[in-house]
Amino acid sequence: MHVPDGFIDAPVSIGAGAVAAAGVAVSLRGARRELDERTAPLAGLVAAFIFAVQMLNFPVAAGTSGHLLGGALAAILVGPCTGVLCVSVVLLMQGLLFADGGLTALGVNVTDMAITTVVVAYVLFRLLVKVLPRGRRSVTAAAFVAAAASVPAAAAVFTVIYAVGGVTDVPLSKVAGSMIGVHVLIGLGEAAITALTVGSVLAVRPDLVHGARGLERPLELHTRPGTAKAAQDGHGRPEKAAPEAPAAPEAPEAPARHSAPAAPADAGRTTPSGVRDRPQDAKA
Amino acid sequence: MGAGHAHRMYRHGHSPVHRLPPHCKLAATFAFVLVVVATPREAYGAFAGYAALLVAVAAVARVPFGFLLRRLLIEIPFVLFAFLLPFFANGERTEVLGVSLSVPGLLGAWNILAKGTLGVAASVLLASTTELRELLLGLQRLRMPPLLVQIASFMIRYADVITAEMGRMRIARESRGFTARGVRQWGVLAKSAGALFIRSYERGERVHLAMVSRGYAGTMPVIDEVTATRAQWATAVALPAAALAVCLMGWWTL
Repeated sequence: MHVPDGFIDAPVSIGAGAVAAAGVAVSLRGARRELDERTAPLAGLVAAFIFAVQMLNFPVAAGTSGHLLGGALAAILVGPCTGVLCVSVVLLMQGLLFADGGLTALGVNVTDMAITTVVVAYVLFRLLVKVLPRGRRSVTAAAFVAAAASVPAAAAVFTVIYAVGGVTDVPLSKVAGSMIGVHVLIGLGEAAITALTVGSVLAVRPDLVHGARGLERPLELHTRPGTAKAAQDGHGRPEKAAPEAPAAPEAPEAPARHSAPAAPADAGRTTPSGVRDRPQDAKA
Repeated sequence: MGAGHAHRMYRHGHSPVHRLPPHCKLAATFAFVLVVVATPREAYGAFAGYAALLVAVAAVARVPFGFLLRRLLIEIPFVLFAFLLPFFANGERTEVLGVSLSVPGLLGAWNILAKGTLGVAASVLLASTTELRELLLGLQRLRMPPLLVQIASFMIRYADVITAEMGRMRIARESRGFTARGVRQWGVLAKSAGALFIRSYERGERVHLAMVSRGYAGTMPVIDEVTATRAQWATAVALPAAALAVCLMGWWTL
């Protein structure tokens, strides 16, 4: 759906460029809040992931296949601001390096494929997560609905832009009907893949799913009856107890439950990265 | 990172176009495409003029025409759309080989084909004569926010790494007898995508730590400041200026 040059007239392209620039500027501020000083490397790697995952083919039937657009996935996994930045950077680089999408149409492309999909998906996702009962399944369901709505929303925004600045007099109802009709179908595929992907990340690293922050239960410290006393005595070294905690809730033979508010919910996020640092990644 | 240090579109060379500072080239390409898009579609001669200008640039840059034409294939989806336009657009109809076609639709199809092709050709010329690092430096010179430039540079540097990782995951799947036939296999593919995300994110964390340990504090040091002399700017501006002249001629003769 990369719009080429000459599809939308010059004034509207420039207008869309201004909207896109404003959206990216707001996201730049917001991304610093979402990722602090780690913004550049993390957003860059997530953008590389979006770029790569767009090449992952999902077969539909009879030789046809589709791929992920990634806007909704980025919004749910890394947050709306970083998501807008990642998808915009992917679009910019595709335009500059692969001539995929026109340079003057960059504003149009960023407005409908980065900003619209990410904002629509994220707003819907947060609303649904708040309304639905807590749990992993509702997060997946919310991801499905958010992604399913984001794609037709982008098509609708494109139709609006086309209505204002389209260069050919095609009956609008036909453009809107075919664009949105086709994209409802594409959206269903996108939704299924997004929900499955979010579900798989949620199963392994729930702390990485930005949209599901605050949903995971605070870690609980489980100890066997005989060792309970020892654990309670170990107040001076809470960091030794914390890594054991994530595995413990599944253990059926744990009658004694000590809730441990001292263990931060995102303890798992900060520890492994430092430990598993490999020297060949130090290219920066 | 075994894929070399230039992107696939880049063609190494020492032509005058290669030597121009990147921000001049970026600005010139953008201005050129903008002029093309602003040209009225009935000015048929103007588009021939633009094509001639691009051919001249390609000749100066010693970019083979076969290479240029092959890269134009990226347009195909929109070419198909353009071919549908004459059947659906409003306005007076005309008979071509017994098929009723809309005249504004034909014009619209011509408009998209001509401007789209010229736009793609201009982008391809820019990409094939500008190295990646130069492109990013040029964007920075043109006042793109530094954070955005950094994100873009990380994306470009690691796109090949992440794509290769995805390829290894595909080989791992296939060597265990997996073939993706239809919707039923989506679960496995989505799990791969999820795993790829986790690996990318964790790699980002490691990259950040590696950078911090080398003194990174939020900004990248600029080692080679690119500057452009007035003569270089004049050379770069020649393309959009000529295009503007062609455009005005087009308006005038309309």
